[in-house]
Amino acid sequence: MAERLIEVKDLEVKFHTEDGVVNAVDGVSFELQRGQVLGIVGESGSGKSVTAMTLLGLTRDSNTSFGGEVIYKGRNVLDMNEDELQDVRGNEMSMIFQDPMTSLNPVYSIGMQIGEAIRVHQRADKAQARRRAIDLLRQVGIPNAESRVDNYPHEFSGGMRQRAMIAMALACNPDVLIADEPTTALDVTIQAQIIELIDRLKDEFNSAVILITHDLGVVADVADEIIVMYAGRVVERAAKRPLFYDPQHPYTWGLLGSIPRLDRPKQERLHSIKGTPPSLIRTPKGCKFRPRCPHAFDKCMEEPRLENRVEEPGHLDRCWLSVDEKRRLRVPTLEGTEEAA
Amino acid sequence: MSSAGNGDAPLVEVQNVKKYFPIRKGVLGREVGAVHAVDDVTFAVKEGETLGLVGESGCGKSTLGRTIVRLHEPTEGKVIFEGRDISKLGTRALRPLRREMQMIFQDPYASLNPRKRVGSIIGTPLKIHGVEKSQRRARVQELLETVGLSPEHYNRFPHEFSGGQRQRIGVARALALNPKLVVADEPVSALDVSIQSQMLNLLDDLQRELKLTYIFIAHDLGVVRHVSDRIAVMYLGKLVELSPAEDLYRRPIMPYTEALLSAVPIPDPDLSEQRERIVLQGDVPSPINPPSGCRFHPRCRYMTDICKEVEPPLVDYGRGHLAACHHPLNVDRETLERAKVSRRHTPDAADDAAKPRDSSGRSDPVPGR
Amino acid sequence: MLAFVIRRLLGAFLVLVAVSFITYLIFVKIPGGDPAQRIAGKLATDQNIADIRQKLHLDDPFYAQYWGMMQSLFSGSLVSYSSQLNVVNEIKKGIPATFSLCIGAAIIWLSFGILVGVISAIYAGRFSDRLITVFALIGISMPVFWLGLMSRYLFAEGHPFSIFPDGEYVPLTVNPWQWFVHLLMPWWVLAVLFIGFYGRVLRGNILDTINEDYVRTAKAKGLPAKRVMVKHVLRNSLIPIVTLFGLDFAAVLGGSAILTETVFNLKGVGQYAADSVQSLDLPPIMGVTIYATFFIVLFSVFVDLLYAWLDPRIRPT
Repeated sequence: MAERLIEVKDLEVKFHTEDGVVNAVDGVSFELQRGQVLGIVGESGSGKSVTAMTLLGLTRDSNTSFGGEVIYKGRNVLDMNEDELQDVRGNEMSMIFQDPMTSLNPVYSIGMQIGEAIRVHQRADKAQARRRAIDLLRQVGIPNAESRVDNYPHEFSGGMRQRAMIAMALACNPDVLIADEPTTALDVTIQAQIIELIDRLKDEFNSAVILITHDLGVVADVADEIIVMYAGRVVERAAKRPLFYDPQHPYTWGLLGSIPRLDRPKQERLHSIKGTPPSLIRTPKGCKFRPRCPHAFDKCMEEPRLENRVEEPGHLDRCWLSVDEKRRLRVPTLEGTEEAA
Repeated sequence: MSSAGNGDAPLVEVQNVKKYFPIRKGVLGREVGAVHAVDDVTFAVKEGETLGLVGESGCGKSTLGRTIVRLHEPTEGKVIFEGRDISKLGTRALRPLRREMQMIFQDPYASLNPRKRVGSIIGTPLKIHGVEKSQRRARVQELLETVGLSPEHYNRFPHEFSGGQRQRIGVARALALNPKLVVADEPVSALDVSIQSQMLNLLDDLQRELKLTYIFIAHDLGVVRHVSDRIAVMYLGKLVELSPAEDLYRRPIMPYTEALLSAVPIPDPDLSEQRERIVLQGDVPSPINPPSGCRFHPRCRYMTDICKEVEPPLVDYGRGHLAACHHPLNVDRETLERAKVSRRHTPDAADDAAKPRDSSGRSDPVPGR
Repeated sequence: MLAFVIRRLLGAFLVLVAVSFITYLIFVKIPGGDPAQRIAGKLATDQNIADIRQKLHLDDPFYAQYWGMMQSLFSGSLVSYSSQLNVVNEIKKGIPATFSLCIGAAIIWLSFGILVGVISAIYAGRFSDRLITVFALIGISMPVFWLGLMSRYLFAEGHPFSIFPDGEYVPLTVNPWQWFVHLLMPWWVLAVLFIGFYGRVLRGNILDTINEDYVRTAKAKGLPAKRVMVKHVLRNSLIPIVTLFGLDFAAVLGGSAILTETVFNLKGVGQYAADSVQSLDLPPIMGVTIYATFFIVLFSVFVDLLYAWLDPRIRPT
């Protein structure tokens, strides 16, 4: 059993706004082990990004309240003060974000921005930091690293910028790399490159990766375990193959069914999940997915607990349907023969 | 997906269109080079059809889309709409044409004026073209319903909507004047996966209801498959493959298309592992100094010497499937011989072949259209 | 880069020509009495006036007069209609006072403006921010001449609080301490408006920049808060301030501190300009206009270059 790096227990993040309390993250639990890739899948408003940023204490604000625990190497991140957090960020846990163009400061060179973390955390001097930055750029596959290290972000293409961000995140050999939708803003061909890069580097740096995305296709290759989030909650958690081949939650079925498949004949109509994600202020009673679920029944007015209902031990889900019913009902959605919304 | 075209004349045609953006240097702003955004592209789109235009960033697809609706003027070549050459028309002459061709933009956050209400955003095209105020409101509300929003949304601001809803507003705006041609520039790229499918279904429905012709620009071959009758693949300003949709997926001819297909994620771990992932090395080269010969040669795994020297012409490999490659994939010997013989690389011949027919070339029978 | 500079300087030259010509036209067309008459005095005869008119080429076509005036201006021989004094000399005499006023005030307004901007941004929404905003708005709204007069009324020698000397300029070379003390009030009066304005602008820029993705990245790297604030937030927020400052500074150097100079009787270029306009004395007006335009144009080129240096995206490739 590999070293457990992060344990999240019943994490809650609430934003107190003028319109009410936004329950962005509402009881999320998971673990991350060294060498593992954890995929967190969900759409806008699911709370996946807030969860990720909370791991680094980036959501702290006078209007934010927290619950539960985030245990990193024995300490609760939620209790750490700003200094302790700064020691962890960029050093032991780093994060890369969705849009590499806006996530890099336009007035500083790439080399400077990569070197900054090294200089702050490892007390390196300018020359050492620069050398390390060049090495990192090479490791992430940027050609002519020696000259490109002095380029500015706008002189890089989108894919290269994202590689530079990865280099920046890995500069101090972190144990955990959190990638928040790293490929969403990129072309499909570059997406493949970036995911492959992250996978390879994870082994080279002996780190763990949390990969956040709204597209299940992206995690089908690299993730070891996947959690699916909806309305601030985890609705399904499983290892990769059980999730794709034995999905237990209607939302997961919806996500899987919405992806246009090249390996199948063309569908008449794409499956889509009717309706829109719920407001996080006035969440629906009972199961949060109930209003959009084609299979909802009366028991769904009571919120299901996240439990293991299926033979596979680590496979948890939040749905009252029996396992047999699930396996039957999901077929049309997954195979694209359902009359879609 | 499409309806049979009216007659044989295409709705819109691009003929040898080039669009270069000059790079100026020096005291007097001399032109020292140019970005070859679109470099000699030719194809035709029939009424009621959907042409998918696919390629990576920098291939020129967006520029081409904008040139077609005359947001840009082509540097060379012609854009022909309903038989009329609109390449050099001035603003005045273009105005009535703007009713007929509209664009949907990629970024639902940037393409709506945040200070205007939804009713005004959708109503402005009507206003510009002289529709009476009383009729405008009714029409805008009708449009809101058509795209799946509520007429109550008339007075709201864009920031009160989600990304998917904003994109619907963009669609409503494009449809306001009942255009014949809609160029959709990556309309779903910025949306979540399940909203993408909603939007694609909507666009599909609208095409049938309103008899629209689409040029659908995307970088993802998965998305484009659902909506397209034919697909054009662009690379660095050039058209490298043009084919009826299903044929492209079953037998891609150009290696770039092959790579594009393999880049589309498959949400099936075993299949994904088994299939051959062709991960293209490097980034797309700069359109300022495109590579010699076949522009794809530096990244192509089948490259040989001829690829470096000679630019391959677009060759018709039968049934409307054209490709530009010295080492075409998935082509049997017979077809290869025939293609070499009839080196007609004008897509006109191919477009004829692509005309919807009940037999040959179509995989799924299209129910009752 | 060189090409860029040359192009801007050429443009600058064209601006100078255009501004001088338009100014000239305006003042020639303003009804204000015949300069010849004013020069000739009350007891002049028609012949005197006609003579003066001829001497001053006042009957020549306007473009010839313009050209003549430009020539004498640049050769240093231009003489004012009313006072018979050499325009260029008069301007030169006013420069030390104007420069002393402007440079001192600029240092004050830039440092305090930035301070105010940063503080109100850090405490945005809280009481201190609101308090600072009120003061900033007061500073912006108070007319400079009113503020100047009130300062003199309250703080100048011979007045209730008698802290400072009452205006007048003492050259630095004559008595540094007196130079300093005499300028304190004018410095503050001139700076107050700008402090308020710059503080507000900077506050807005900082609040925008703080929400930028790259600031989030900087925090995520574990950089200390101070470093994030200075190197990432301020560095980007200050760029527009640089442009503003360049042009404001050029303007006041060029004599736009007219009101301050006049209220405190500093006899700088601005005051000279004010007096000339009042008497519709065309030669000094032209002289000061060229002088002011020169600074503004020069500084705008300089600011453009500075901007390109600060923001790599703007650099001409």
